[in-house]
Amino acid sequence: MRIMTYAEALREALRNEMKRDPRVFLLGEDIGVFGGTFGVTKGLLEEFGEDRVRDTPISETAITGVAIGAAATGMRPVAELMFMDFVTVAMDQLVNQAAKMRYMFGGKITIPMVLRMPAGAGIQAAAQHSQSLEAWFTHVPGLKVVYPSTPKDALGLLISAIRDDNPVVFVEHKVLYSMKGEVPDTNEPIPLGVADVKREGEDVTIVATGLMVHKALKAAEELAKEGIEAEVIDPRTLFPLDKETIYSSLKKTHRIVIVTEEVKRGSWAGELAAMIAEEMFDYLDAQIVRVCALNTPIPFTTVLENVVIPNEVDIIKAVKSIV
Amino acid sequence: MEISREVLLDMYTRMVKIRKFEERVAELFAQGKVLGFVHLYIGEEAVAVGVCENLKEEDYITSTHRGHGHLIAKGGDLKYMMAELFGKETGYCKGKGGSMHIADATKGILGANGIVGGGFPIAAGAALSAKMRGTDQVAVCFFGDGASNQATFHEALNIASIWKLPVVFVCENNLYGISMRQDRHQAIKDIADRAVGYGIPGVTVDGNDVLAVYEVAKEAINRARNGAGPTLVECKTYRYRGHFEGDPTVYRPKEEVEEWLAKDPILRLTRYILDNDIASEKELKDIEAKIIEEVEEAVKFAEESPYPKEEAAVEDVYTDIVEEVRVR
Repeated sequence: MRIMTYAEALREALRNEMKRDPRVFLLGEDIGVFGGTFGVTKGLLEEFGEDRVRDTPISETAITGVAIGAAATGMRPVAELMFMDFVTVAMDQLVNQAAKMRYMFGGKITIPMVLRMPAGAGIQAAAQHSQSLEAWFTHVPGLKVVYPSTPKDALGLLISAIRDDNPVVFVEHKVLYSMKGEVPDTNEPIPLGVADVKREGEDVTIVATGLMVHKALKAAEELAKEGIEAEVIDPRTLFPLDKETIYSSLKKTHRIVIVTEEVKRGSWAGELAAMIAEEMFDYLDAQIVRVCALNTPIPFTTVLENVVIPNEVDIIKAVKSIV
Repeated sequence: MEISREVLLDMYTRMVKIRKFEERVAELFAQGKVLGFVHLYIGEEAVAVGVCENLKEEDYITSTHRGHGHLIAKGGDLKYMMAELFGKETGYCKGKGGSMHIADATKGILGANGIVGGGFPIAAGAALSAKMRGTDQVAVCFFGDGASNQATFHEALNIASIWKLPVVFVCENNLYGISMRQDRHQAIKDIADRAVGYGIPGVTVDGNDVLAVYEVAKEAINRARNGAGPTLVECKTYRYRGHFEGDPTVYRPKEEVEEWLAKDPILRLTRYILDNDIASEKELKDIEAKIIEEVEEAVKFAEESPYPKEEAAVEDVYTDIVEEVRVR
């Protein structure tokens, strides 16, 4: 085992794939000389040169579209958007072009590209640099959506995302970049569409994503002191979704809380809740509960940011409301 | 520069092919056999043909919602195109794309595009890929005057210029962005002027003169192929039909249409060929007759082809996932 931060693990995945496959290259704002706004690509310019680590102008549409054109013609680009929020500027290229080209063209063109983007609140970056927009992408057929919560998952999932022949939106939580964790000694891919049970328990299932996985784990430790054993599942990929792992947990616990950092209205959490209501109704002993961000933009000042983003107390309260 | 007989006749053939194909499509659309939206290229043939005549099969193009001309000029097969317009399984996209989304990766056709200006960064990306792979391939991005006002235009031309990408941006200035005349949708007359903003050459050419387009495109494409970077080429032209089939075109005066009909690109090339004794009238008629036959074969192929099976609706979304099908 090695100890790495989440950012280092992502870098290790990029390095691994760039060494393995000459078609893999990086493009994005300030990823080269500057090393990436969150430092993920630090050192890669020196290692691989400016042809494969391309600093781009501040042009999110061009970053995304250039990646699409390159992917359609034999390359495997990994593009970085500095913040997930900036994907709004690139939505046509991602949604109308990347996601649909294969289908529109009758399966004859593939777009093997990864679009990395830091999501989430917690660093007082305010409303235009803190969003969790993953539901937008799970809503679009043709995209895969990946969201690791640990260094180990970040490494293995990014390797798989780069090897995938479909456009993959790779969501990273900016608070997690500095988080350290154990990583296997060899750089092995973790398949997309396989959830990870982060903690076992019999009384309630908690499905959480990104930073919320860690808050859910803390909540579970507190709940354990009161004799409530929560099973914490990180789906790791939001689409394709490993329903089986979630459903088999639910068959054991009969109760579920879904925790994400998204605005609750129209969230991926809502989609999961709807799926469970449709397909697992008979196994439920209580209502499905969602713990999400409030339906507001993300405020700046810490005291307000903390109000909007869910925490351990909210999760504990939610669990207790159904156990 | 002298253009060879072979090239001239090839361009004539392709231009007539586009015209005849589309005239037939207009009829079939009126009969309800061609589905959806259809945007016809009639009148603009000299642009696609003059440009693509300079391309190799492995070169790339990105096209527009008015894409039939580009596809035919780049070597697209009429049978598969027509079948696609009919929504048949044998179409280029198995009936999932239609007129606005035809692609043929084997011929470097990276797709027509239903989004105005959608192709700019994709063409730049294909050019980047060619450069990184060390090939001498070139990408051509076709777009209209309306698309030159999209943000993608700016982002892609800028990135292509700083990276000296082998891409040529070809503007088909047909004077209207849907219903809005150019002098109402932008404050400049020549879109090629915008090249200055990217430090690249900008050339305006008579887009109804295939010989002029051919020459200008040749230089721009050679420039791209030789590593000198992108060029912005503006071709002044006119679409004879409405923005889409069914458009009553209330926004343009009859006199203007008449004026442009007199500048017909096919008539002009025909006159050039005959005046310079490059081919006889009979030879041209024979070419036309062959094309009409090819178009009719394409119609027959489309009509006789089956519609896709219902399961096909959930295929091809991903390379490795088939979505759930509705059970009825």
